Amino acid sequence: MLADKDRIFTNIYGLQDKSVAGAKSRGLWDGTKKILEMTPEAICEVVKKSGLRGRGGAGFATGLKWTFMPKEVKDRPHYLVVNADESEPGTCKDREIMRNDPHHLIEGCLIACYAMRAHTAYIYVRGEFVREREALQAAIDECYEKKLIGKDNVHGWDFDCFVHHGAGAYICGEETALLESFEGKKGMPRMKPPFPANMGIYGCPTTVNNVESIAVVPTIMRRGPEWFASFGRPNNTGTKLFQISGHVNTPCVVEESLSIPMKELIEKYAGGVRGGWDNLLAVIPGGASCPMIPKSVCDEVLMDFDSLKAVNSSLGTAAVIVMDKSTDLVKTIARYAYFYKHESCGQCTPCREGTGWMWRVMKRLETGDARVEEIDQLWDVGKQCEGHTICGLGDAAPWPIQGLIRHFRPELERRIAERQSQKVAAE
Amino acid sequence: MSVRRLAPPELQPASFAFNAESEARVAKEIVKYPPGRQASAVISLLWIGQEQEGWVSHPMIEVVGKRLDMAFIRVLEVATFYTMFNLVPVGKFHLQVCTTPPCTLRNSDAVMEACKKHIGPSQMTPSADGMLSWTEVECLGACTNAPVFQVGRDFYEDLDAETTVKLIEAFRRGEKPKPGSQIGRVSSEAVTGPNTLTDPAIYSKKPETA
Repeated sequence: MLADKDRIFTNIYGLQDKSVAGAKSRGLWDGTKKILEMTPEAICEVVKKSGLRGRGGAGFATGLKWTFMPKEVKDRPHYLVVNADESEPGTCKDREIMRNDPHHLIEGCLIACYAMRAHTAYIYVRGEFVREREALQAAIDECYEKKLIGKDNVHGWDFDCFVHHGAGAYICGEETALLESFEGKKGMPRMKPPFPANMGIYGCPTTVNNVESIAVVPTIMRRGPEWFASFGRPNNTGTKLFQISGHVNTPCVVEESLSIPMKELIEKYAGGVRGGWDNLLAVIPGGASCPMIPKSVCDEVLMDFDSLKAVNSSLGTAAVIVMDKSTDLVKTIARYAYFYKHESCGQCTPCREGTGWMWRVMKRLETGDARVEEIDQLWDVGKQCEGHTICGLGDAAPWPIQGLIRHFRPELERRIAERQSQKVAAE
Repeated sequence: MSVRRLAPPELQPASFAFNAESEARVAKEIVKYPPGRQASAVISLLWIGQEQEGWVSHPMIEVVGKRLDMAFIRVLEVATFYTMFNLVPVGKFHLQVCTTPPCTLRNSDAVMEACKKHIGPSQMTPSADGMLSWTEVECLGACTNAPVFQVGRDFYEDLDAETTVKLIEAFRRGEKPKPGSQIGRVSSEAVTGPNTLTDPAIYSKKPETA
């Protein structure tokens, strides 16, 4: 179990002082000037060495991403855009960082901007998070007042930090859709290349990072990459905010080491599965787009990128959605199918049409009003959607359905057979 | 994808103008962006307009377009793309009920049923007194505090049918009940109390630097 002294987010529950003074007493804004005396390359190197992988779902190495930015600033300024469009169902960690522990994020933005030779960071916060935006803005205002950020600040690197207002569209969590939305357009993903590191907002070099990825950086810089890398397994290092929701006794957000066994995570922090571990049916381990895994897999699996990939799922944002034996899995997945239908931006045909089609079939499977062959057809259509769209939403939409078919096909067939026999009996 | 249209002409007001308070907010938003890039503030301006009027109307879209030097169609497509903008008038207290699985698993259906019973059977339809309306929304991002609904700027969390009815009655009386968890949590710690960050040592001294 991770010791409290090794937790990065020491005010994640908002029980402590949220001001600059409070944050300083917990070790934040300490020696920031010294960190900025390093070269940008050296900072990227430390972040790389820590093994930090992006916390927004894709798990791309953060330090490596930073090095994709041009090495010198020419006619176009560099930008950092922080992705706080948190709307993957199950995910609610960035919200806690922004409203309760915002100084990690602000200090992280300063360091990341310096490492990428940017002077401006925009934090794109989803529209629904009004109070979170207010809390974050209050913290930023205090930092300006204390000259921690802004022009001629005490750290010697001019840096502006702005909160940008989103409007609650899941698609805007995709980095290029976020950039479009940022520029005041519909949130429709862009073709890559050009990549954002070359052409991001306003045609300028831009890096988009998740809130948590940026917020852990100051602590990594202070305590060293070896400290961060000492948690978890190789290639899956560090601590992570886990969010445990659904059928558990005490749902909560908690920071733990990566590679913690799923069972331990649920039992120790979330009060266990409702009705005991044996009442567990399945878990969606990382947010809506991660295929579910049945109890037999949950017994042993570790919560990290590679372990979950090995069982045909993924860590995503580490949003653990627990479902006990009372759950109607087909109904739940049909609801996810509706979510993807609702959130598809409509730009690419396979996704616009496919998500609606999959939802309609799922609705029929819910009552068993379908033919067995349609299960295979559903699988096929999903596969045609995957990989044929500009962004990952078209890939992700079939994944929850595939997870259901992979592990619970007999339940789908049972419903179809039951409905069939009802029809026969009625005749 | 959802198909969204502006309200029919008979519902549209004759004109729209930002009031003084909104104007001050508008000015603060526009300066965040480099000169010539003011279109980035379009969502903020529509939101400020919606907070002022309760919904986004045709004249409001025109005003926002002129203010930001954007064509009407560019603002219209933003207003219709993002589901956070109400394109029809809603009740004074508009309950946005999350029904995505982390909430449904914790019985958001009961919350929605309470809304149907105590506000009205259909979504986006103000009650007779104009005080209340409700709608189903996708994930609000407060999953460990499920089920949740949002009213204005606030989230109401850890709900069940009974608390929902109580909240609805309070809204109907024009009150502003206390937002956040309805079962006494501060934020997303376990309901039985935080099970981490309990070591007083981490709050008494600075963590050592490596």
